[in-house]
Amino acid sequence: MDPVIQHTILIGMAGLVCGALLALVSHYFAVHEDPTVEALTAALPGINCGGCGYAGCAAYAKAVATENIGLDLCKPGGAETVAKMAAITGRTASAREREVAVVLCNGSRERARQAALYNGVADCAAADLVAGGGKSCRFGCLGFGSCARVCPTGAIEIADSLAVVHPELCIGCGKCTGACPRKLIKLVPESRSIHVLCINRDRGPDVKKVCDVGCIGCTLCSKACNNEGIKMDGFLAVVDYTVPLNSPEIATKCPTKAIAVRPGVKKEAAA
Amino acid sequence: MTAIRAPFRIRGGVHPHDSKSATSALPVETAAVPPRLLVSASQHLGAPSKPVVKKGDAVLRGQVIAEASGYVSSAVHAPTSGTVKSVTSMLTATARHAFVVEIEPDGQDKWVEPLHPMADWTSAAPRDLVNRIAAAGIVGMGGAGFPTQVKLSPPPGKSIDTVIINGAECEPFLTADHRLMLEQSDAVWLGARIIRHILGASRLFVGIEDNKPDAIAAMEKAMAGADGETGVIILKSRYPQGAEKQLIRSVTGREVPSGGLPMDVGAVVENVATAAAVAAAVTRGVPLTERVITITGECVKNPRNLLARVGTPISWLIEQCGGLTGSVGKVISGGPMMGVALPDLDVGANKTTSGVLAISRESARQFGSEPCIACGRCVIACPSGLLPCTLSEHIEAEQFDDAERISVLDCIECGACAFECPARRPLVQHMRQGKQTVLTRRRAREAAARGKEERK
Repeated sequence: MDPVIQHTILIGMAGLVCGALLALVSHYFAVHEDPTVEALTAALPGINCGGCGYAGCAAYAKAVATENIGLDLCKPGGAETVAKMAAITGRTASAREREVAVVLCNGSRERARQAALYNGVADCAAADLVAGGGKSCRFGCLGFGSCARVCPTGAIEIADSLAVVHPELCIGCGKCTGACPRKLIKLVPESRSIHVLCINRDRGPDVKKVCDVGCIGCTLCSKACNNEGIKMDGFLAVVDYTVPLNSPEIATKCPTKAIAVRPGVKKEAAA
Repeated sequence: MTAIRAPFRIRGGVHPHDSKSATSALPVETAAVPPRLLVSASQHLGAPSKPVVKKGDAVLRGQVIAEASGYVSSAVHAPTSGTVKSVTSMLTATARHAFVVEIEPDGQDKWVEPLHPMADWTSAAPRDLVNRIAAAGIVGMGGAGFPTQVKLSPPPGKSIDTVIINGAECEPFLTADHRLMLEQSDAVWLGARIIRHILGASRLFVGIEDNKPDAIAAMEKAMAGADGETGVIILKSRYPQGAEKQLIRSVTGREVPSGGLPMDVGAVVENVATAAAVAAAVTRGVPLTERVITITGECVKNPRNLLARVGTPISWLIEQCGGLTGSVGKVISGGPMMGVALPDLDVGANKTTSGVLAISRESARQFGSEPCIACGRCVIACPSGLLPCTLSEHIEAEQFDDAERISVLDCIECGACAFECPARRPLVQHMRQGKQTVLTRRRAREAAARGKEERK
């Protein structure tokens, strides 16, 4: 026989056998993907931020499909994602309010006193260990951007050695809250615009010594709102984000301008 | 009994200029009581003490103003009589915040009823002596401030055969221990024997670096005719010769295992000032309220060795030495190698403050750090036998598990690696960050394991 034909038949036969084997294997060893998991994964934003507490969007989708996990854990997704997931699973759920991070410090280079020239590792955790970086305040933002480095959306800007969150970019994943060695970053409901930008618990005179815009514990703000909305915790005023507080004029009461009014995100304000 | 050369050598180490000549020949002078004392409640390693006085209280010298709050903790006593002005959280000489008792002295310096002197300590039970040392608030005065009573209470099953009294004083500039050995050699030797008696050790050595021949001679004289296996060990002048584990290696040739304590190799190391404080507490019933501090550096007008009360503000100490002169770059609490730069001079000296150093802008000049060039000088310098260059790179890349695997926790933060590094890398800071992070992660891991165990 002509070797060309001979080889064509041989290889063709081998191909057929292999094909049949593959067909059998794919039939008997098939991994049965839950179509809901696939649909849920597609419904999620797919940025794998981990804000829900699972190791990425696919893991959360699987948890939703197999366990009785709430549909509202995806922070970046918001109402839209919850609605999509509710449609897929047939469950009812309402979206939580979108949360954004806020850095509770307003002590930029001009406003906070400098205690030392810090020339070490430019990392907040490292600076915090070495006598607390360059600023005098031992509660305030170190300004080396450990939070900005973990932010998946680049929503944190370091300006004048102070971290500032841009709420329109923030997806509320909360990675920055864990990265800050001074626990300065808090996730707050997006609609809230009044914040006490200080966590210094020292007495007034001590705060004055280290920063121009620190909370001196004068209690004017908490009195102005009848101790609702803003409460005193020792020498520090703390906003209670569970109680509504809609009086921006309260910020004018603060003698050190530690209270800031930051308008909410535009697209939400319009809605 | 003659002094002998150390039979062994430390690993690595560096040889910075010792700069001790400014104060090494100056006798210790007793400083007056300052107009204000800032006594920290956290002068030791371990749980901070709990202040037991409040604003307005009248206190007498030697009265307990903060009591120990746990096993590894230590009492703090009023350094003079006066009124408590405030008890607030303030910066201390360690550049950390702690509760500070501010005392305004009344000028009478009246003592509280002293503890009964135990002149016959040789027949006293070790337990009573240890309790006395705890009551006197004695901590390791070489710098770390580990509560002495804890060091002198080895757990059952650990036997101590060697006591080493640490007079190495390897930090440049400092001469406080040097002067103490010269002027109070008998007290040091007495304290050393009390410590040996407590531990039931057979061997007692005093380690002194060879740049202090007069201190070696003074201690030899004090120890003349001593019983048992004793002696002065002359150490080669090399930093960090006076570090606990390195000293044990030089004197006994034993190596403290990784993650272990000196008692694991049957040794206990106490600083000479601690020994003198033990002697005072036992034989005279006096708590620890003062210490010798070297105030020196090129920016101090008249460098001195001062016997100052605990809590004396650093700014006042500097004033006693004629103040600062020239362009000051840094004021350091402690020695230049391991001390911390102070952001504020209105802080009280601690029991562990062996020196105050004011250096010029020129000496304190700053450098940027550059990438590691893999020259290996830090590896040669490291007295713990670590790889500082590799560790630093792991820590920079947040590979803390790798750092733990190559023993970042064995770093003693002596700074020999950073002293040698031609790329000026912040190696010590990396080590500190690494050690802290590794310990935090280890605790979290253990807590998780415990939780798992409990759920079972």
